[in-house]
Amino acid sequence: MSSADLVIRARDLRKIYHVGEVDIHALRGVDLEVLRGEFVAVIGPSGSGKSTLFHILGGLTAPTSGSVWVHGRELGAMSESQRTELRKREVGFVFQKYNLLPTLSAADNIAIARHIAGNRQPLDERFQKVLEMLGIRDRLRHKPRALSGGEQQRVAIARAIVNNPSILLADEPTGNLDTENSTIVLGLLRDLNRRLGQTIMMITHNPEAAAYADRIVQMRDGRVVG
Amino acid sequence: MVNKLVIENLKHRPVRTLLSILAIGLEVTMMLTLVGLSEGMLEDTARRARGVGADILVRAPGTSLISLSSASMPQKIMEFFASQPHVKMVAGTVVHPIGGVNTITGIDLAEFERISGGFKYVAGGPFRNPDDVIVDTYYASQNNLKVGSTIRLLNRDWHVCGIVEPGKLARLVIPRATLQDLAGATGKLSQVFLKLDDPANTNRVLAALKEKLPDYPMYSMEELTTLYSVSNVPGLSAFIGVIVALSIVVGFLVVFLSMYTAILERTREVGILKALGASPAYILNIILRETVLLALAGSALGIILTYGSRWAVVTLAPASLSQKIVYGWWPIASAIALAGALFGALYPAWRAARQDAIEALTYE
Repeated sequence: MSSADLVIRARDLRKIYHVGEVDIHALRGVDLEVLRGEFVAVIGPSGSGKSTLFHILGGLTAPTSGSVWVHGRELGAMSESQRTELRKREVGFVFQKYNLLPTLSAADNIAIARHIAGNRQPLDERFQKVLEMLGIRDRLRHKPRALSGGEQQRVAIARAIVNNPSILLADEPTGNLDTENSTIVLGLLRDLNRRLGQTIMMITHNPEAAAYADRIVQMRDGRVVG
Repeated sequence: MVNKLVIENLKHRPVRTLLSILAIGLEVTMMLTLVGLSEGMLEDTARRARGVGADILVRAPGTSLISLSSASMPQKIMEFFASQPHVKMVAGTVVHPIGGVNTITGIDLAEFERISGGFKYVAGGPFRNPDDVIVDTYYASQNNLKVGSTIRLLNRDWHVCGIVEPGKLARLVIPRATLQDLAGATGKLSQVFLKLDDPANTNRVLAALKEKLPDYPMYSMEELTTLYSVSNVPGLSAFIGVIVALSIVVGFLVVFLSMYTAILERTREVGILKALGASPAYILNIILRETVLLALAGSALGIILTYGSRWAVVTLAPASLSQKIVYGWWPIASAIALAGALFGALYPAWRAARQDAIEALTYE
């Protein structure tokens, strides 16, 4: 395994939140590696630290100590603006609550991610196929309120990968969906991974969802336990 | 793309957007109406003074062109003016305030008709009795007067004997002697109009008169247009300045509240944009563009509303007020509204730009 194959590498990652006079140790020394093209599920109960890990790997917050590299770039040494750059190009997010901009159509929700990343080129053929695969081509003109939860989540997936990120981070992507839509979304994530080679790290507390991944990382009390 | 987001955001909350535009519009209308009234009334006064047909206007010592002060110039001075070279005709008037910005003017009708060519009567005719009053069509319309109507002015009743076309001297005219008695200014005048044998002699006569009567303010009718300006009215520029400052405060508060609530409401959306990699400058740009759009729409509305305020002035108080459409102030008022709005948007925009992405994403 060469370092070029590593999309994520974390060493002794720690995060302490100060709430009033109390210190909350959300991460207590996490070591983790995710290879290019892997579909990894991080599973654990509430409070295990998986969301904190998600936020750090996505450049949304900095670790208290330890080192983490995303596509060879060390996050701990990054300034706020460098982390913003990382979110533009290297990381795509999918959230439990879809988090689409309600005033924009599905197409514009995807377009604004491209605009923020400075991408002014028309959508390439590969992405047209992705839209086909996600089954949302006919729904692109609609605003989020006119889309079902499953459709909104598929638009969110399209938005997350439109800038060809090194890794797609999904935080409980089926948490708000019924069983049928959950199956569709998880199947799509697996297809994206298998057919397009998209590296995916999915946070979930649901073992059935985690079963779609190639590898499962278990967390408890801020540590990787298996 | 940013413009699309900005427009969609504004469309998303139409009531708030329209209220913000309306408030900025009223701010602009307030400025344009005030300046329009100031300039309009001064121009109207100058136009009516020029309508007399004289070449030179002489005021009493110690008075300004704009003042509403009563008569303090001896009537006998008319004989002095009449004896001066090139002076063909002389007419003295008494001007007395009757409340607000309105005045009543006392004239010697025969003297006034000689110098001005006389009033054009729409109805009725000249004075027949000391308590007769002549009004112009604006004053008659505003006060529903007809020939034969009675009006109460200066604590006594007056009989409308004639209604004349506007544009000459005053809207409300009574016999000079009557007004002098009522104002306790028997034998005194407020101003004297001089008509020369040739208007080309105006500057020469003016110079000679100023030398002989250095204490008396004198103006050629040419000068009136420039002298009846906002900057020559004591305190008016300062008053306009205060109103403009208040307008900025109003614009600031309206946009501050509007954008502050908009940002609070859109906390989660700001978090989404940040998660997508939007920089603080990108978010600042969105909010400031929204503000500029609100200010531009508000300015356009404010300019349109100014025509409404002018219509109201012309319809409700044509004899008391006159409002000009001040095109030169359109960009000034719009720039002031924009500055107030941008100032008001700064804190909400800064707050949004500095928002923590994780907190914003979990905001309910």
